[in-house]
Amino acid sequence: MGQIAALEQPPETIKRGPLAKIRQLRKTSKPVLLAGTILLLVLLSTLFPGVLSPHDPNEIHPELSLSPPSLDFILGTDEFGRDIFSRIIFGTRVAIVISSASVGLAFVIGIPLGLISGLFGGLADGLTMRVMDAVLAFPSLIFTILIVAALGASPFSIIVSIGFLFTPRFARLVRGSVLVLKDVDFVVASRACGAGNSRIMFRTILPNTMAPILIQITLGMALAISIEAGLSYLGLGIQPPTATWGTMLRDAQRYLYLAPWYTLAPGIIIFVVILVLNFFGDRLRDALDPRLKRV
Amino acid sequence: MARYAVVRLVEGLVVLLLISVATFLIMRLLPGDPVMILLGEGGGGIRMTEEQIDAIHRRWGLDDPWHVQYLLWVKNMFTGNFGKSIFRPGVPVREMIFEAVPVTFIISAAGLIIALALAIPMGIMAATKRNSLFDYAATIFSTLGIALPNFWIALMLIVLFSLVLKWLPPFGLHSWQGYIMPVMVIATLQMAVIMRVTRGSLIEELGEDYVRTARAKGLAERGVIGTHAIRNALLPVVTVIGVQFAYILSGTIIVETVFALPGIGRLFTDSVLHLDYQVVQSIVFLLAVIVVVVNLLTDLTYALIDPRIRIE
Repeated sequence: MGQIAALEQPPETIKRGPLAKIRQLRKTSKPVLLAGTILLLVLLSTLFPGVLSPHDPNEIHPELSLSPPSLDFILGTDEFGRDIFSRIIFGTRVAIVISSASVGLAFVIGIPLGLISGLFGGLADGLTMRVMDAVLAFPSLIFTILIVAALGASPFSIIVSIGFLFTPRFARLVRGSVLVLKDVDFVVASRACGAGNSRIMFRTILPNTMAPILIQITLGMALAISIEAGLSYLGLGIQPPTATWGTMLRDAQRYLYLAPWYTLAPGIIIFVVILVLNFFGDRLRDALDPRLKRV
Repeated sequence: MARYAVVRLVEGLVVLLLISVATFLIMRLLPGDPVMILLGEGGGGIRMTEEQIDAIHRRWGLDDPWHVQYLLWVKNMFTGNFGKSIFRPGVPVREMIFEAVPVTFIISAAGLIIALALAIPMGIMAATKRNSLFDYAATIFSTLGIALPNFWIALMLIVLFSLVLKWLPPFGLHSWQGYIMPVMVIATLQMAVIMRVTRGSLIEELGEDYVRTARAKGLAERGVIGTHAIRNALLPVVTVIGVQFAYILSGTIIVETVFALPGIGRLFTDSVLHLDYQVVQSIVFLLAVIVVVVNLLTDLTYALIDPRIRIE
C-alpha cells in the first residue's frame, strides 16, 4: 500500500526540499484559494487599516448610537456611534501584531532552550523540561491573567504572557527532534568534520526541524488570537478606546438585546481568522510531512 | 509499575513546587498596595498615618521578608488554612473558595460527561463510515467547535435561547436552568476535541494488521471494532482528557464571566482585579494541585492499560 502511494507521487516532490513542497500548495483547490484570499485581506488590514476602513475607528457620532447596518456603516455602529466595520479592521492589527509578536517571542526563547536541552541533556535538561511541564500543565488563561496582572495590562505584558505560555511548545518540539537527530549519520558526519556545538545546533539540526516548527507557528498564532480576545473580553487586555475584537465583544454583550448585529461581527471575524490559520497549519502538516498526514 | 509511579509522583511534586514559587513571586510583583486598594482611590477619604498603615501591613504579615511569607504560606496551604480575604475583610478564603467550587465543579463535570457521552460514539461512527455525510458533518462540527471562541458561542446561545426563543435565563443561577447554557459551552469545545481524537485514532487502528486478522477470521464488523479496535483507539482519548482538564478550567473563567456565575473562575478574575493576594494564591495553588493530580492519574491509568508505557 505504502509503495503504491510512493510510486503515485510525482518524482519532483520526492527529490526536493520543503520549499518545493510549499510551492505544491499553489496547485491545490478552491478552499486554499479562499483561505489565501482571507489571509491576504487580514494582512492588508494589518498593514494599511486606514486605507481599508471607511471611517475613523474612534470617531464618535452620538446621534447614530447603535444604528443597524446601513450603506454608510455596513456593519452598523456601536454604543458611541463608532463604525463597527472600521473598528474591526483596526482590531485586526492588534490581533495580528500581538499574536505574531508573542509567537515570535516563544520561538526566540523556546528554540535555543530546546536545542540546549536536547543536545546536552543532564541536569539542565531535566530542570528546563520540568519548568516547561509546569507551564504546560497550567490552565492557559490563569497563567496569562496572572502575568498580565503583575505587569499591568499593556500590549507588552500580553505579548510576554502569551510568549511565555507558548515557549514550552517550541522547546519540547525542538528537543524531541534533536534527540532523534543527534545520532543520525549526517550529524555525526558533521561532527566528524570538526563542527562545533553551535554549528551543529543551528546549521545542522535546526534546519531539519523547521517543518514541525512552521506548523506550530501557524497553530500558535491561531491560539494566541483566541487568548488575546479572551483577555480583552475579560477587561484585562488592551485598554479602550483602542479597538480590539475581544473588547468589542465585551461591549457588545451589554447591548445584546438592543443591537444583536454588534455581537455578530467581531465573533465571526475572530472565528474566520482562527479557522484560516488552523486550515493552513493542517495543510502545511500534510505537505511538509506526509507521515503526519491526518487520515 | 511501582518505579514508574514513583518517578511520575516526584516529577509532579517538582512541578507543584515550581508553580507555587512562581505564583508567590508574581503576586508580590503586582503593582499597588492592597491596603490602599482596600481604602479606595486616594485612601477613600480616610486619613491614615504612616504608623497605622504599617500596623495593617504587620497584621497581614505584608512586611515580613518574602521567603518567610512564602514558607508560612506553604505551611498554611497544607494545613488547609488559606488565610483571610483582604478585599472582603474577615472572610476566610477557605469559605469563599468552598462557596465557589460547587458551581465550577458542576459545569465542568457535566460538560465533560456530556461531551464524552456524545463525542465517543460520534467519533466511532465517523471513523467507521468514513467520507459519509455523517463524517463530514461531524468533522465540520469539530472544526467549528475548536475555532470558535467560547465566549462568542456563549453570546450566540444567549441570543438564541434567551432572546429569540425565550427558553432560558440569560445569566445567573436563579434556577437549575441557569446551568444549561454554561454546560453547553464547555461541552461543545470538549466534544470537538474528543471526537476528533477518537475518529483519528480509530481510523489508524483500523489499518493495523490485527484488525485485518480479525476480519480475515470472519469476525463481524461489530466485533472487530467493538472488541478489538476500540480498546486501542481509546488510549489517546484517555490522554487527551487529562490534557483537556486544564483547558476546561480555563474555559470556566470565561464562561462564568459571560453568564455571571459565582464560580472559581469568576472569583479568580475578581480577586486579581482587587489584588486580593490570599484568594488568588490559594486558587492558583489549588488548581495546580488538581491539575498535577489529574495528570498523574492520567499517566498512571495509561500505564495500567498500556503495558508498553511502563517498560521504558
